[in-house]
Amino acid sequence: MRRIGQVRWELAIVVWAVALGMFFPILWMLLCSFKTEIAAVATPPALFFHPTLENYHAVLERADYLAFARNSVLVSLGSTLLALALAIPAAYSMAFFPTRRTRDILLWMLSTRMLPAVGVLVPIYLLWRDLGLLDTVFGLILIDSISVLPIVVWMLFSFFREVPAVILEASRMDGATQIEELVHVLLPLCTPGIAATALLSIILCWNEAFWSLNLTTVKAATLTTFTASFSSPEGLFWAKLSAASTLSIAPILIFGWMSQRQMVRGLSFGAVK
Amino acid sequence: MATVELRNVRKQFGTHEVIHGIDLLIQDREFIAFVGPSGCGKSTLLRMIAGLEQVTEGEVLIDGSPAQDVPPAKRGLAMVFQSYALYPHMTVAENMSFSLRLSGTPKAEREQKVRTVARILEMEPLLERRPSQLSGGQLQRVAIGRAMVRQPKAFLLDEPLSNLDAALQGQMRLELARLHRELNTTMIYVTHDQLEAMTMADRIVVLNQGNVEQLGSPLELYQHPATFFVAGFIGAPKMNFLDAEVKTVDAQHLTLMLTSGTSITVPAPLQKLNANEKIKLGIRAEHLALEPEGELRGEIEALEHLGPRAYLHTRLADGTRLVAQTDGDTQARPGDHVAFRARSEATHLFNSSGRALTRSDPQAEPC
Ligand SMILES: Nc1ncnc2c1ncn2[C@@H]1O[C@H](COP(=O)(O)OP(=O)(O)OP(=O)(O)O)[C@@H](O)[C@H]1O
Ligand SMILES: [Mg+2]
Repeated sequence: MRRIGQVRWELAIVVWAVALGMFFPILWMLLCSFKTEIAAVATPPALFFHPTLENYHAVLERADYLAFARNSVLVSLGSTLLALALAIPAAYSMAFFPTRRTRDILLWMLSTRMLPAVGVLVPIYLLWRDLGLLDTVFGLILIDSISVLPIVVWMLFSFFREVPAVILEASRMDGATQIEELVHVLLPLCTPGIAATALLSIILCWNEAFWSLNLTTVKAATLTTFTASFSSPEGLFWAKLSAASTLSIAPILIFGWMSQRQMVRGLSFGAVK
Repeated sequence: MATVELRNVRKQFGTHEVIHGIDLLIQDREFIAFVGPSGCGKSTLLRMIAGLEQVTEGEVLIDGSPAQDVPPAKRGLAMVFQSYALYPHMTVAENMSFSLRLSGTPKAEREQKVRTVARILEMEPLLERRPSQLSGGQLQRVAIGRAMVRQPKAFLLDEPLSNLDAALQGQMRLELARLHRELNTTMIYVTHDQLEAMTMADRIVVLNQGNVEQLGSPLELYQHPATFFVAGFIGAPKMNFLDAEVKTVDAQHLTLMLTSGTSITVPAPLQKLNANEKIKLGIRAEHLALEPEGELRGEIEALEHLGPRAYLHTRLADGTRLVAQTDGDTQARPGDHVAFRARSEATHLFNSSGRALTRSDPQAEPC
């Protein structure tokens, strides 16, 4: 008993240390956003200071935060829905009608995530330009959903694989078409997994910066563009940048915090069944 | 109400052929059992009838019309799976009414049908439970109920009792037989347990390595096994087999030399046999009688008391094992030296390729 208790205790320290290490930059950013520009770059950094809201005033005055936020919401929800719509049939077919090549295709899909996005920037840019998709929400939804698709397919595939094929066969015997089988049996059985996948995809799309910086300017720009616009090659901008970043991540942080139960439930879906 | 016909049905998985051309006509309202050892292709055959597995070659006809291009959903058959395969996210009632919901049956009618079936299967109190809250026997009932609600043309059952304990199996066997009588629908029943097949089926298909060994009523298979395999598979205890060599043969009699050195005379088969040909002699436990002058001498190794009768597990002089049936109140004890006489007209003969050698005279009824 003692031993187990001790191990738990040591483990707790490690977990706390890692968690704090990961949280520290965010905390620092939050603190900076309430400092003056001078205090933000002071060395050694001041731990005690007079908090000020002037950065937030400045940031909100210079840019229409709500417009960017709206685009972020549209893009992350839109990309997630589109990715799910494409990935559910794909994962269904790979999980229940595998061929000899299925594993290769999955690995290949995942490997595209390892390709630096900048490698396809020029072709994508030209394509989007010719299709009139530059600086449109739809254009960004399209590219974001493509970039999360491999992860979404992979996650759904592993959740679907946990469902015994015989249950789907039973529904086929009960007269279900493939669509009905999907809607009435497979999807309800995998709700926790699908929810976790959707949440992860929303977070990934929300944080996505590369494509929104390169493919949008004003109309379809998201909060990542908004944040980036506060960095400048010269002058003091750390405090304002921190304020902008805080404003950008606040919604997704709150969202993530509220949905963490679903996330954990979904990700351990197979393990507990 | 349906006939199911298989015409030269073959199945390959990749390059590996597991069903080697099966012809079979299943009559309307028949209770037919597919029986055979594990891996012989019973489930594969059933799944091809269901449409869950593609037929590689040959034809499946349901009610006379080819079913190859009909998806499982449209074949009008219901299946009960070995693992039950209930929908875990639905209640028992929802599980049972799912097919009706898909076919657009009005809610009131659905509920009424589910209730009727639940009453027949005595599971009304379970209707609002989920599968995770049921015992094995209850899951079993729900799976059968789900199939019944649809009023299918035929029921396909794949080892539905194999996850139940022995007592429940016995009870469910009777219940399934009763259901078949009441529903009066074709039932195709897969099992590896010959007892289940013997007790329930009108006809039995014995499968071995993707081939039909024999097709017939339980009694036909028991009394006239067509092959060595069927003789050994059907019936418990297993039929006894003795290696023998033909000594003399005339129109009426065949004299065989057993490996133990004793000779035995049995009625001759219709087929011609040559002297010195090696054959197998099969004899069931109930056709061996304890007799001091009997030709089969050995020592009792173990005694199995079943109440009304007992089985004597005996080892013959040459090492062959023999099981003989005797009265429940037998005085024999392990270690006793005994002799048996075989009822010669009840013996079975198998040639070296495993085919039964038939006789013109009718076989003795088993007692
Ligand atoms: N999907 C498959 N892919 C490859 N081979 C298969 C597949 N399904 C079955 N087989 C093979 O086909 C043969 C017959 O299998 P089947 O499941 O029909 O046997 P069975 O008679 O039902 O056995 P059991 O009593 O164990 O259920 C086996 O050798 C099995 O390995
Ligand atoms: Mg099987």
